[in-house]
Amino acid sequence: MTIVLFLLPAIVLFALLVLAPIALATYSSVFKWNGFGLFPTNFIGLDNFTRLLGDEIFLGDLSRGLVLIVFSVLIQLPLALAIALLLNQRMRGRAVYRLIFFMPYVLSEVITAVLFTMILSPERGLANELLGLIGLEELESTFLSEPSTVMYSLFIVMTWKYFGFHMILYLAGRQSIPNELLEAAQIDGATTWKVFRHVTLPLMGPTIRITIFLSVIGTIQLFDMVYVLTGGGPVHASETMGVTMYEFGFKRFQVGYASAISVVMFLLSLVFAIGYQRFVMRRDTEGAITNMRGKR
Amino acid sequence: MSLHARDKPAIQVIRPIALHTVVIVIGIFILLPILYGVLGGFKNNQQLSTNPIGLPSPWVPSNYTDVLGSGDFWLQVWNSSFIALATAFITVGVSALAAFVFARFAFRGREFLFTVFAAGLMFPFAVAILPLFILLRFFGILNNPLGVILPQAAFGLSLTIIILRQFFRSIPGEIEEAAILDGCTPFGFFWRILLPMAKPALATVSVLAIVGSWNNFFLPLVVFNDPGLWTLPVGVQQFQGQYSTDTAKVLAYVVLAMVPALAFYAVAERQLIGGLTTGSVKG
Repeated sequence: MTIVLFLLPAIVLFALLVLAPIALATYSSVFKWNGFGLFPTNFIGLDNFTRLLGDEIFLGDLSRGLVLIVFSVLIQLPLALAIALLLNQRMRGRAVYRLIFFMPYVLSEVITAVLFTMILSPERGLANELLGLIGLEELESTFLSEPSTVMYSLFIVMTWKYFGFHMILYLAGRQSIPNELLEAAQIDGATTWKVFRHVTLPLMGPTIRITIFLSVIGTIQLFDMVYVLTGGGPVHASETMGVTMYEFGFKRFQVGYASAISVVMFLLSLVFAIGYQRFVMRRDTEGAITNMRGKR
Repeated sequence: MSLHARDKPAIQVIRPIALHTVVIVIGIFILLPILYGVLGGFKNNQQLSTNPIGLPSPWVPSNYTDVLGSGDFWLQVWNSSFIALATAFITVGVSALAAFVFARFAFRGREFLFTVFAAGLMFPFAVAILPLFILLRFFGILNNPLGVILPQAAFGLSLTIIILRQFFRSIPGEIEEAAILDGCTPFGFFWRILLPMAKPALATVSVLAIVGSWNNFFLPLVVFNDPGLWTLPVGVQQFQGQYSTDTAKVLAYVVLAMVPALAFYAVAERQLIGGLTTGSVKG
C-alpha cells in the first residue's frame, strides 16, 4: 500500500510528461500533420523519414554535430584535462581560479549567446578590436555572419561556457587517485610524461569516458546557444537538429516532419547511450554518471 | 651542497611563474567577455563603436537604471525564481517518495521500474519538446507556469531519484529497525528520520533542479506567449530582438540577468559542484 502511494506521483508525472511525449512523437512521425488537435490522421508511413534522408539541411545537421563532437573531444576536453592537472598542483589562488573557470557554466546558454553576439559583432565587437590590438588584423572577421567561420566561432563560445564543467569533473577524478601511486611511479624513475601516460591517464579513464558521453549527448540536443547566437545561419551553416526541428514544428507547422527529426534525435541518443555503456563504460561502476560518492 | 641550495630556489621561482601565466591567460579569456559586458553597459552606443575596449568616459549609468526601473526585468526575475523553486520542490518531493520505496522496500518489478526511471537520463529534453507542446495545449496549460514546472519536474525525476536512492541506501538498516520498534510507521520513519538525515543530499539535488530550471530556455520559449510569464532567458532573448541596434542597453540587460545566477553560484557552489561531480568519478 505504502509502496503504491509513494510511487504513484512519480509514475504519473513520468508517464504523462516523459514517456507519453516520446510515444506521441514516434506516433506523429509517420503522419503528415499540421499539428492541430491531439492526434494526426493523415498516415503516410515512413515518408517523413525518407524525406529526411534526402534533406540537405538535416544531413548537414548531422555532419555539423559530428564536427562539434570531434572538436570537443580533440580540443575542448584535452584542454580541460590539462588545466585540471595544472590546478591540481599546489599553487596560490587555486580556489579562485577554479571558481572563475567554472563560472560560465552557471550562466544560461541564452545569456552566453547574447553576450557573444555582441563580442563577435563585426562593428562594435570586442573580438576584432582585440585581434587588431595584438597585431593579428588578418584574423579579423565577421565571425557569425560568415559560413566559413561560424562553426569555429560557435565552438569557441561552447568552449568558453563548458570547459570549466569538464575541468571540474577531471579535478574530482584526479583527486580520487591516491598520490602515493604517482609518487611510487616517480620513485621508480618514471618521467613526468610517463607518470601521466601510464598512471594518471588510465586511472582517470572512467571520468574521461563520462565527459565524452556528456559531450556527445549535449551536442545531439544542442539548441539554445545556436538558436540565439546565429539562428542556425547564415544559410543553415550552423544549424543543428534541434533548430531544424523547431523551424519545422513551430514555425512551418509541419509537425509530422518535425516529429521525425525528434525521433531520430531520440534514436541517436539511445543507440549511442546503450552502445557506449555496453562497449566503452562497461567496466566502470554501474550507473556511474550519478552514483553518490561515498558519504558526502 | 651549495650548488643544490642555489638550484632549488630557481626552480621554485620559475615553475610557479609559468603555471600562473597559463592560468591567468585562461582567466582573462573567461573574464574578459563578462568585463566587456559590464563596462559596455556603462557606455552609450557611440562610445561602444569608437572605444569598445577601454573604460567608459563618461560613465553612463542610464542603461542600467533604465533596466532596473522597468517592471519587465523584475517580473522576469520573479517568474524565473518562482518557477525554479516550484520545480525544485516538486522534483525533490516526488523523487524522495519514490527513492525511499526503491531504497528500502523489496517488491516485484522494483528493478525494472527503477531502470525505466533511470533510462529517463537518456531522453534529451529537446526530443520531447514538440509533443510536450501538443500535450500541454491539450491539457490547457499553455501560458501557465505549470506548463513549464511540471515537465521540468518530470524530466528531473531520473537524476534525482538515482542520487537520493543511493543516499537512502547508505543509511543503516538498524536505524529503521529501531524506529519501527519504537512504533514508527513507514511514513513516520521517512518523514521524521530519513529526510532530516538526508539534508545534504536533498540540498544537492535541489540546487541542481534550481539551476536547471533557471537556465531553461526552450520550454518557456514555446509554452509562454504571454510576456507577463516570460522567464529571464526568454526575456533576454526577446529584449535583444527588440533593441538589436541599442547594443549598450542589451549589454546592461544581459549583465543584470547574470547577477542572480552568479549570486546563487557564490552561495551554493559546494552543492552544485558536489552534485555534478558525484559519481563521475569511480567509486
